[in-house]
Amino acid sequence: MPGGVTLWGLDWPTLAAIGAMVAVTWGLRAFGYLVLARLPPTPFMRAFLAHLPGCLFAAFLAPVLAAGGWPTLAGAVAVGVVMASWRSLPGAMAAGVGVVWLLQAALARAAMP
Amino acid sequence: MSVTYTRDGFVRGFRAAFPLGFGMIPFGLVAGLLAARQNLSLLEALLMSGLVYGGASQVVALETWRADAPVLGAATATFIVNLRFALIGPVLASWLNGTPRRWRWFSIITLVDHVMALSVTQMRQGRNDAAYIPGVTLALLFWWQVSTAAGFVLAGILALPRGHPLFFAAPAVFVALLVPLWRGPRQDAVPWLGAASVALLTAQLLPGAWHIAAGGIAGAALGALSDRTQPA
Repeated sequence: MPGGVTLWGLDWPTLAAIGAMVAVTWGLRAFGYLVLARLPPTPFMRAFLAHLPGCLFAAFLAPVLAAGGWPTLAGAVAVGVVMASWRSLPGAMAAGVGVVWLLQAALARAAMP
Repeated sequence: MSVTYTRDGFVRGFRAAFPLGFGMIPFGLVAGLLAARQNLSLLEALLMSGLVYGGASQVVALETWRADAPVLGAATATFIVNLRFALIGPVLASWLNGTPRRWRWFSIITLVDHVMALSVTQMRQGRNDAAYIPGVTLALLFWWQVSTAAGFVLAGILALPRGHPLFFAAPAVFVALLVPLWRGPRQDAVPWLGAASVALLTAQLLPGAWHIAAGGIAGAALGALSDRTQPA
């Protein structure tokens, strides 16, 4: 392979690390179902869980969008508008990537002497 | 609410998730590229993508990989980044309980954000077919493996710089997934802004991915509190 990559090799430290990652990840997923899901469903807990998905995504996105500057923010707006208007995920993503691409190219051109 | 587990549900999940593959390709390419750069073999990269099946954790672990002693660092990075997976089980518990025993653990150990978002949208439409989960999962796993392999194989050829616009496809998925979750400003504005603020603050203070868990929990708690003070 170009770049000196190997295809089928296996070595113990790497396998051990992958095994540890798998154990941790499967453990967290199972913990949520086996333990967290058995907590008594109070009205507060139900409301909390209803709010959780949107809040997790907002928390994931905030630093990404803040770090990306105006092109990224404009791209996010484009994704939101297309998704809200047509409910088309591929369309929304293509619009977002396209807007980011155009704005980055425009900014790079403007920055040139 | 009765939960079913049918072929129809599986197909609907698979169809809903398959286009999401578009968003996973850049992410999977990065995971494959990083794996090649850290001298993993293609087989090891595919094992990681197939079994861990958590893109953000794979990227963080591979970026901080120590070839001589990778175990502890990889496990720690994975724990922090994937902490949020523990919060998906409670959201989808009714569907997981309604999944036949022999399929249930497959659904549990493959839970990811996209499964949660798509399933919650189904639940809100009054559709309760738990086979939707493995349908979504198999579509995503397919793309995840294909794009990891592509990234790995192209490692010597393709060199996308860090800020390349194609990488915006990854956050774009999450923006798009937020749209059907929006129930209106009265219910969602305060919790989402709270989650974003706490996440921004936490990201300043702590490395890694603590900001996702911190912001998500803070926002959801804020939402639950405000629901209580202003009855629907």
